[in-house]
Amino acid sequence: MTSERPLKIGPEAGEAEDRAVQMGAVHLSGDEARRNAAAAAPIKARATNLDFYYGNFQALKSINIDIREKQVTALIGPSGCGKSTFLRCFNRMHDLTPGTRYEGSITLFPDDTNLVARNVDPIEVRMRIGMVFQKPNPFPKSIFENVAYGLRVSGRRSRVGIAEEVEKALRHAALWDEVKDRLDSSGLSLSGGQQQRLCIARALATRPEILLFDEPTSALDPIATARIEELIATLRDEVTVIIVTHNMQQAARVSDYTAFMYLGELVEFDATSRIFTNPGKKATEDYITGRYG
Amino acid sequence: MAGAVETARAQLYASVGRRKLLDRLFVLLGMCILFAALLTLAVLFLNLVHDGAGRFGWDFFTSFPSRIATRAGILSAWVGTSLVMLVTVAVAMPMGVAAAIYLEEYAPKNWVTAIIEINVTNLAGVPSIIYGLLALGLFVYKMSLGESIATAGLTLALLILPIVIVATREALRAVPRSIREAAYALGATQWEVTAHHVLPYSTGGILTGMIIGLSRAIGETAPIITIGALAFIAFLPTPPLSGDFPYVNFTWLSDSFTVMPIQMFNWVSRPDPAFQVNAAAAGAILLGMTLLMNGVAIYVRYRFRKKINW
Repeated sequence: MTSERPLKIGPEAGEAEDRAVQMGAVHLSGDEARRNAAAAAPIKARATNLDFYYGNFQALKSINIDIREKQVTALIGPSGCGKSTFLRCFNRMHDLTPGTRYEGSITLFPDDTNLVARNVDPIEVRMRIGMVFQKPNPFPKSIFENVAYGLRVSGRRSRVGIAEEVEKALRHAALWDEVKDRLDSSGLSLSGGQQQRLCIARALATRPEILLFDEPTSALDPIATARIEELIATLRDEVTVIIVTHNMQQAARVSDYTAFMYLGELVEFDATSRIFTNPGKKATEDYITGRYG
Repeated sequence: MAGAVETARAQLYASVGRRKLLDRLFVLLGMCILFAALLTLAVLFLNLVHDGAGRFGWDFFTSFPSRIATRAGILSAWVGTSLVMLVTVAVAMPMGVAAAIYLEEYAPKNWVTAIIEINVTNLAGVPSIIYGLLALGLFVYKMSLGESIATAGLTLALLILPIVIVATREALRAVPRSIREAAYALGATQWEVTAHHVLPYSTGGILTGMIIGLSRAIGETAPIITIGALAFIAFLPTPPLSGDFPYVNFTWLSDSFTVMPIQMFNWVSRPDPAFQVNAAAAGAILLGMTLLMNGVAIYVRYRFRKKINW
C-alpha cells in the first residue's frame, strides 16, 4: 500500500484534502452530524498515566486517552509501537504472561472500575470486554457452541435463552443467513472471513461493553475485509469499539477517533477526520504519508 | 559469445543433476533402513506363527497351562494380562494426565519444575527391573499388597507413567495459544480453558500416548517376575463382574496371577521341545496384541486429526 500512495510532504491545505480522499476519510469530514454526535458521546473508558512493563522492558509510557462510548477508536502506528500491547491492557490479556506489570489506570465508566488494578479480577474484566483476534480462532466445536460458549461460562443455563442470544449475536455479526441451516457443523468448516465473523458473534453474544479488535482483517482477503469493515461500522450502534490496525485506509474508513502511537507513547489522538487531514504533530504526518512504518 | 553462455548454462544444469542425485540417494538409504527394520519384524512374526502353527485354535485360549504340552493353553495368562492392563490404565491415565496438565498448564516455569521435567524424561529410560525392585519393596512389603494383580498393575503404571506424561504434554502443547486466548477472552478460568478446550482437543494425542505406553507394559516381564508372579496357574482370578448384587467386586485385585510374557518364559525354559511350540504360539499372539494396540493408536490419532485441523 505504501507504493500506491503519493509521497507528498507539507501541510498545505490542498494537499491535505487530496490525502484525505486517498485515505477514504473524506466521507467522515463531510458527515457533520455524526461528528457532532461523536463529540457529545460520553466517555466509556479513560487511561490515565498507563505504563506497562514486560519484565524490565517498558512497552507503554504514560498513556492518556479517553475512549468515547459507542464510537470506534482506531490505534495506528508502526510495528512494535505498542498498539496491540495497549489494546490487550483493556481485557488484561497480559496477565497470562508471567512477569508483566501495569501501572497507572484504565477507568471503565460508569462504575469507575480500574481495569488494570491488582484487586480487580481479570475474569470479571474479560466478561465485560470482548476481543476479536488477528487470526480467526474459532473453537473446533459447532458454530452454535462457539457462540454459546461465553454465555455458558457466564452461567446461563436456559436452553431457549441461549439459543435466542446465539441467533441475535449471529445476526449482529451478519453471519446468520449463511449459517442458520448448519449451526451444528464445525466452526472450522467456514471460510476465513466467515470464521472471523463467527469470532465477532462469539464476542458479541455476552453483550460486552467494549469490543477490542486486534488487526481483525490482516489474515483476510479484500472482500472478506470489506465485509468485516462494514460490520464494524454497524456495531457502533451497540458497543464501544477499539481497533488496532496496520492499514491506515482501514482506520480512516471505520473509525471516529484515531490514536497514533510510536515507541510506546501516544503521539497524537484526535477525531479521525482531523488526524488524516490536518495532524498536529510532525511524526503523525510522516507516518500517515508513508515516510516510515 | 553465445557459446560461452551455453557452456555456463550447461555447468549450471550439471550441478542440478548432482544435487538431485544426492536427493535420490538419501531416499534410497532411508528406504533400505526402513525395509531392513520391517523385514526383521516380519520374519520374526512369521517365524513364530510358523513354529506355533500347530497350537492355534480355540482350545489354546480356553485351556489352563498343563504338564502335557498339547493340552496346555494361555487362559490364565491372557485373563491375567487383561486384568493387569485394566489396573494399569486406571492408575496411569488419571495420574499421568493430571501430572502433565499441572506441568504444562499450571506450574510456574522455575528451577523446581525444570528439575521435575528432567526427571520425568529420565524416568522413561530407567530399566524396568528397577521398577520391579521398587514395587517389591513398596507395594509387596510396605503396603502389603502381596504378589497380586494390584501390585502388578501399579508397577506397570509406574513404569509407563513417564511415557504417558511426556505424550500428554506433547498433545497439550499442540493446542494453539490462539485457542486458549479465545477462551480466556470470553472470561473463562484456567480450569475452564483446560477442561472445555485444551483437554478435549488433545484427546487424540493423549489416547495415543496411553496406548503406546500400554503396548510397552503388555510385554514387560522383568518387573513382574521381580514382584513374584507365578509361572504356573491353573485357576482364574475372581471374576470382576458377576450376576449377583453388587455385580462388581474388587477381590480379583488381590488374587495371584500370571501374564503372557511369563507364561512364554515358563514354556521356553522347559526341556520338552513340545512346549517350544506353545511358546511360539503365545509369542505370536502377544506380538499380535501389541500390533493391534498400536494400530488402534494410529486409528485414534487419525480420527482426531481429521476432526480438528487448526
